[in-house]
Amino acid sequence: MAYARPNTDGSLVQYKSRYANYIGGEWIAPAKGNYFENITPVTGQPFCEIPRSTHEDIDRALDAAHGARRAWGKTSPADRAGILNAIADRLEAHLEKFAVSETWDNGKAIRETLNADLPLTIDHFRYFAGAIRAQEGGLSQLDDNTVAYHFNEPLGVVGQIIPWNFPLLMAAWKLAPALAAGNCVVLKPAEQTPATILLFAELVGDLLPPGVLNIVNGFGVEAGKPLASSNRIAKVAFTGETTTGRLIMQYASENLIPVTLELGGKSPNIFFSDVMARDDAFRSKALEGFTMFALNQGEVCTCPSRALVQADIFDAFMSLAVERTKAIKMGDPLDPSTMMGAQASNDQLEKILSYLDIGRKEGAEVLTGGKRAELGGDLDGGYYVEPTIFVGQNKMRVFQEEIFGPVVSVAPFDDLDDALSIGNDTLYGLGAGVWSRDGNTAYRVGRAIEAGRVWTNCYHLYPAHAAFGGYKQSGIGRENHRMMLRHYQQTKNLLVSYDPEPMGFF
Amino acid sequence: MDETRDLSNDGQRRVEATPAAEALIEELKAVHGPLLFHQSGGCCDGSAPMCYPVGDFKIGRYDVKLGEVAGCPVYIGGQQFERWKHTRLIIDAVPGRGAGFSLEAPTGQRFLTRSALLDGEEPACPT
Repeated sequence: MAYARPNTDGSLVQYKSRYANYIGGEWIAPAKGNYFENITPVTGQPFCEIPRSTHEDIDRALDAAHGARRAWGKTSPADRAGILNAIADRLEAHLEKFAVSETWDNGKAIRETLNADLPLTIDHFRYFAGAIRAQEGGLSQLDDNTVAYHFNEPLGVVGQIIPWNFPLLMAAWKLAPALAAGNCVVLKPAEQTPATILLFAELVGDLLPPGVLNIVNGFGVEAGKPLASSNRIAKVAFTGETTTGRLIMQYASENLIPVTLELGGKSPNIFFSDVMARDDAFRSKALEGFTMFALNQGEVCTCPSRALVQADIFDAFMSLAVERTKAIKMGDPLDPSTMMGAQASNDQLEKILSYLDIGRKEGAEVLTGGKRAELGGDLDGGYYVEPTIFVGQNKMRVFQEEIFGPVVSVAPFDDLDDALSIGNDTLYGLGAGVWSRDGNTAYRVGRAIEAGRVWTNCYHLYPAHAAFGGYKQSGIGRENHRMMLRHYQQTKNLLVSYDPEPMGFF
Repeated sequence: MDETRDLSNDGQRRVEATPAAEALIEELKAVHGPLLFHQSGGCCDGSAPMCYPVGDFKIGRYDVKLGEVAGCPVYIGGQQFERWKHTRLIIDAVPGRGAGFSLEAPTGQRFLTRSALLDGEEPACPT
């Protein structure tokens, strides 16, 4: 039984017809009075209006954040942790509502928002509530009279630009450590998926002092750029793609501020022969690991979009992998039995179709899928693509560029060295998967793959206590894990002499 | 080599624009002045051609100029070029929303890169 659609009788979610920006603890209309329609990819129809903000709104949010930052930075870690835990508790009490909203705004299947997006978001706030209380500074006794103290201090006001693939979870990845560390935030949601983060502000806004969290909506060029290029932010965090990543670094260089960037990948998922040694739970797990390319319709920066399969099992493995992929149930994203929902936007749909086209032109073979899915009724207005398996070779464009759709490109490899050579032949290095019953093989490959995370005999797990981030062109810095606090902190060193005597130089 | 490679006249037609893209470019030029494109890679809006006012995006030493569309230079990162060089980029415009800081986002259209094999190129893997 599908969840009722938002804005219908009986739905858990009733959107306002028009939203404002959340600035200084208040809902404030955009300075220029302009709005844009927010579209659900489920049907392609608009469902609310979102502020089309400009630099005036960003400036107002920065004013609010700067007004709040000194007091917020001096709150105790225990107080901040208490607030983060309260945010998590309130979100947990409304988990279904937020799952429905996220599905409606983004298009992903409700079983994913219920079981992944929301639980991970909630846990992320709890994790950083714990992490900030457990974090210690440093004390080094340099000699008998001299001590170096190292304090972690908040950066101040930070800018965060959120992607559209996990709108609430990616906001939580950035917000939780920033708030835990004592920063104030000006956050710009993706223009494709702004709705759930606004419901979030409605739900938890009162838990935070005014100005600590500010949300300004709008287009990248009109709202994101004035935020990223402002000389009133102490850091900018961005998840997106490489050209915008360069532009954000360029703006940051003008103000000499740090950036963290997560820019995507082309993650290899490597299957060694021994996966097929027995017909058991592990083989089934590995086949599920292959099929993970369809999770979130492939709109994951670490989508296992290249599968490398050892040549001696290639045909047998792929025959089972195709069967597993064909079993993916598409349909109404609000139906809990639906396994794969809609792509997030029309342009995303068009881009994926353009890659299906060049894949064929380059001679890749389509084992299953390969076209837009027509699901009938008003879902025909939505943006659905069949899960697609290409077989080809690693020089093809579909092996080299992130399609951000439910598309996997598969190639065989001969031995461990060949797997590494193909696996590392990419501009990116965000994620990878290794599947083997032999621990030594899995370890050697895992260490030699040039990627920030190597899932070993698993895939697509995102626990808060594991570092996530890229090698090569996949970005700079890490997210998740306690270490993320350091990306939102300044180091203060007090170098103290307890020696009453002069040094003797002058 | 310290200068951006310019392949505008290397005998290959490496980039072109559809009439829909050309119309959108003219519309944007009227508002923003001279423009350039830089082909993005990676996630989210990766693979989209990003359109900026000339001077806003710093073209780097390893970027490659593929040619021009509607009078606007089109660039791609050098490493990405090495992996895309057997294909022609066809810049199109489709209804859509947002692509980083690209100028067209507020118009309700977005630029999209379609691709074809360059003339004389064989498919990488014969079917």
